[in-house]
Amino acid sequence: MKEFTYTINDPAGIHARPAGILVKEAKKFESSISILTANQKGDLKRIFAVMGLGVKQGQTITIQISGPDEDHAADTIESCLKSNL
Amino acid sequence: MLTVKGKCVFAGIAIGPMALFHRSTISTAAHTIENVEAEAVRFHSARKKAISQLQDLYDKALTRVGKEQAAVFEIHQMMLDDPDYIEAVEDTIRANSINAEAAVDQASKKFADMLSTMEDTYMQARAIDVKDISRRILEVLSGGIGVDFTKYNHVIIAADDLAPSETLQLDPDKILGFVTSEGSTNSHTAILARTLGIAAVVNTGTALHTDVDGKTAIVDGYTGLVYIDPDEATLTKMQQKQAESLAYKKQLEDMRGKESMTQDGYKVELFANVGNPNNIPQVIMNDGEGIGLFRSEFLYLEHNDYPTEEEQFEAYKKALEGMKGKKVVIRTLDIGADKKADYFPLAQEENPALGLRAIRICLTRPELFKTQLRALCRASVFGKLSVMFPMIISSDEIDRSKDILQEVRNQLDKEGIAYDPNMEVGIMIETPAAAIISDELAKEVDFFSIGTNDLTQYTLAIDRQHTGLDKFFNPHHPAVLRLIKQTIENGHKAGIWVGICGELGADLELTEYFLRAGIDELSVSPPAILPLRKKIRSLNLSQK
Repeated sequence: MKEFTYTINDPAGIHARPAGILVKEAKKFESSISILTANQKGDLKRIFAVMGLGVKQGQTITIQISGPDEDHAADTIESCLKSNL
Repeated sequence: MLTVKGKCVFAGIAIGPMALFHRSTISTAAHTIENVEAEAVRFHSARKKAISQLQDLYDKALTRVGKEQAAVFEIHQMMLDDPDYIEAVEDTIRANSINAEAAVDQASKKFADMLSTMEDTYMQARAIDVKDISRRILEVLSGGIGVDFTKYNHVIIAADDLAPSETLQLDPDKILGFVTSEGSTNSHTAILARTLGIAAVVNTGTALHTDVDGKTAIVDGYTGLVYIDPDEATLTKMQQKQAESLAYKKQLEDMRGKESMTQDGYKVELFANVGNPNNIPQVIMNDGEGIGLFRSEFLYLEHNDYPTEEEQFEAYKKALEGMKGKKVVIRTLDIGADKKADYFPLAQEENPALGLRAIRICLTRPELFKTQLRALCRASVFGKLSVMFPMIISSDEIDRSKDILQEVRNQLDKEGIAYDPNMEVGIMIETPAAAIISDELAKEVDFFSIGTNDLTQYTLAIDRQHTGLDKFFNPHHPAVLRLIKQTIENGHKAGIWVGICGELGADLELTEYFLRAGIDELSVSPPAILPLRKKIRSLNLSQK
């Protein structure tokens, strides 16, 4: 399993558009990908789950990835977070 | 005449007949279904059809409003593809043996409730997206009864709220404006209206009924007022305001892409002030020639902890890349006891404007300063970055700041990390002390940027926030104007450029004064750029 953290820079937090971009990227992989906040967990391939977390600016999220393409997925999701959030 | 007030979405004026937006009602009453599996299949085929409709809408939006705004239709497709949503509908069909319409309606309410009970007002507003996608399935299920958009021609639309897909299907050339009783200025619909340039007022709180159909209405997107069945005087007044607004907008549009140059060839750099890399599109949209003040405070004030070097680097890089090689002047940390973050220990002060703030904090806590300078140096290779120190009062402060910058560069050299060795280093002139000794300070730096807000407050000893002092406050006080003129002259004697990044820079009454004094750059908020360019182009300095 791969795991990393990221702190949200975007003043609007994970709003609909970046949530959509993350879900779109996540769906490209076979691995299961989760997004965790301090007290909640969601499936990064499900838009309602990601939006429902209501992640705000300054909050740190953890991404957990496990599956056959986890390395590639981790790189992709991390750079996607950096360039959009 | 009926007058209602709402929130402004797009500043424009529309006058014309009103039309109530009509949606066919689709029954979502529950009834028992015998073959639940067939009903689930019925739901799925409607869902797929809805997704393909959204793909068409996405393609249409892409050409009309661009990728950023079109993304909402991609998100809608994802919502219809979300396993949680699908399961909610399927489970309801199977568990209760009911029709797909009722199950979709229940799932829609469930997810809309989930969003509307969230803390964040932005997420609350997303409930309408859920209702919109669910309605789309219901329309397919009911055999394609949709809204007939073609019947809205040259009208002002009145609705409870408009879904993004509905706004997009309205032809902006045929729709004069719209008024909604609900909705927020944050909604995708509001954003689309701004992009399409449709005069709009939302959230009036007053539901309009069929009796407004066909009546003349006026939407004033500047004040948020909507007049229905206006009297003659109001109509005449608003027609005039509309004509002026259109003429002014046309003149500003004409300024796009033009040089910021007077009639006799004096050229000024016209830059933008921004507080966040997310404002860059606004700078581009308003044709800013660079960024003259990028406030780095957002990195500190909107975080729960000190921003890391990496976080800062990403933000600066984003700004530089967004400006595509145009100059970006980034001001280092400028906070004090009046604007502080929870994690940042700053003692309560009697007089924070004269206290431990800006460069004084950086020189007191050099480790904090170094993190920021490292991030700036590393980002400097991604564009044309200039760094600027705030609240300077002495040469010594410049020396100490530059020493720390040199330490940072030496360390980067050691680590083999690239930076731009020619990055400009400048200071804000915002204290009377700095303006008075600007001849000395000019020898130490590559540029001056005059912060007129603080310079005025410190020169006049008047707190700008104190409304009781208005009668003593003269924004054009000769003392301030002389200090500005002197700073420009001293800068030029030393061969460096001098700009203004405070509010006075956008004051059109002073533009001629600043140009005559020899100003090289004016940095103003993005919406002030085109009006200022218009002013500059109207001037001729060779004529007295």
